[in-house]
Amino acid sequence: MSTRMVITTKINGEPIEFLADSRDSLLEALRERIGLRGAKEGCNNGNCGACAVILNGRLTNSCCVMAAEVEGAEITTIEGIASPEALHPIQQAFLEEAALQCGICTPGFIVATKALLDENPHPTEDEARFWLAGNLCRCTGYDKIIRAVLKSADEMAK
Amino acid sequence: MQALKYARAASVDEAVKLLQEGGPTARVLAGGTDVIVMARERRRHIELFVDIKHIDELMQMTDGADGLRVGAGVPLYQIYGDANITKTYSALAEATHVIGGTAIQGRATIGGNLANASPAADSIPAQFVLGGVATIAGPSGRREVPVTEICTGPGQNILQPGEFIVSIFFPRPAAHSGSAWERFIPRNEMDIAVVNAAVALTLDGETVTAARFGLGAVAARTLFVESAAAAIVGKPLTDATIAAAAAAAREAATPIDDMRGSIKQRKHLAGVLTEHVLRKAAERARA
Repeated sequence: MSTRMVITTKINGEPIEFLADSRDSLLEALRERIGLRGAKEGCNNGNCGACAVILNGRLTNSCCVMAAEVEGAEITTIEGIASPEALHPIQQAFLEEAALQCGICTPGFIVATKALLDENPHPTEDEARFWLAGNLCRCTGYDKIIRAVLKSADEMAK
Repeated sequence: MQALKYARAASVDEAVKLLQEGGPTARVLAGGTDVIVMARERRRHIELFVDIKHIDELMQMTDGADGLRVGAGVPLYQIYGDANITKTYSALAEATHVIGGTAIQGRATIGGNLANASPAADSIPAQFVLGGVATIAGPSGRREVPVTEICTGPGQNILQPGEFIVSIFFPRPAAHSGSAWERFIPRNEMDIAVVNAAVALTLDGETVTAARFGLGAVAARTLFVESAAAAIVGKPLTDATIAAAAAAAREAATPIDDMRGSIKQRKHLAGVLTEHVLRKAAERARA
């Protein structure tokens, strides 16, 4: 038997309390209990990065975290990247470089890029590619994405 | 997901108690990058996760004069992100740096990699050559087991009901030692090793005074290749002795044919990678 549990957490800077089933992954809780549907379910086994979130400051696949684990944690999802007024420079760069096609992988790439630039504001192309190796895109190809990542780093340095 | 429950253990004793109460369907949850997926895909029958990440001892990493102790809950990025570990325990840093992608490395652990007992596990050859000893807690107290004796076959380990890995200790290498780890994959990143290999050696001048070899993805469990050590210990490090160690590694490998590689390719790679890591480790030992 699973159990119901109340989880208290902070998501995108806002205190959030939600009711979860002890079987829920963090991804399921975000999408189905909390209504934040930006993180996507791609592979659901930790390979594709479409569900990426920043959990207590570390890039994490939310499909590989139990919702029960995030009691007391701080989480940033794709919904928390931009301000209400304007796109984040990473999002702007993805648009300008046409770094997306179907868009399923995009939230994960943008969250992963945010985590990269938080840690390393001026990555080389190799560093960006290595960091993003756990994010899969099956349509655009990676060159445009990498161009967008490097461009957003330049923009943010201005 | 299966009908599973979650419990957070505050101490090693509480974790043991929870695991005992939960019986054979209770599992330790550290990084979760293997067990959560197994539970979801029903590859293991799991009814209880015991989260061990809130036990201080499990989250500590101490690099002291006698050696390095890595708590079983310490995520990989903390291991390869430590400059002293990269320098002194290079094989471990190299292996942990390429397990999964960044998001996996934020959670996954070497305790989990060991207990998961994949024949292709990337950190296990590194743990072997660095002489790792696992501290295991269980209902009858604690025991210390060399990492070479933990895995018994694919997905199989020696852990008894109620037992789990608390930490892994690596003795500090002697002066003039070096280690290295390498794998072959057909992609740049994010793949399961076709073969992986590690070595740790100690030099006296150009004579090899000690060496330990590990080989992964060439047998049902990671191999500790004593025949490769026998081929080179007590001898000067030359092209001929390096070739002899590589030949011993090729000989020791008993791989299978599968979608990742053929028997012939894997045996070949066992030799090639052994030569690579030997040369790299020797450079480090001389530095």
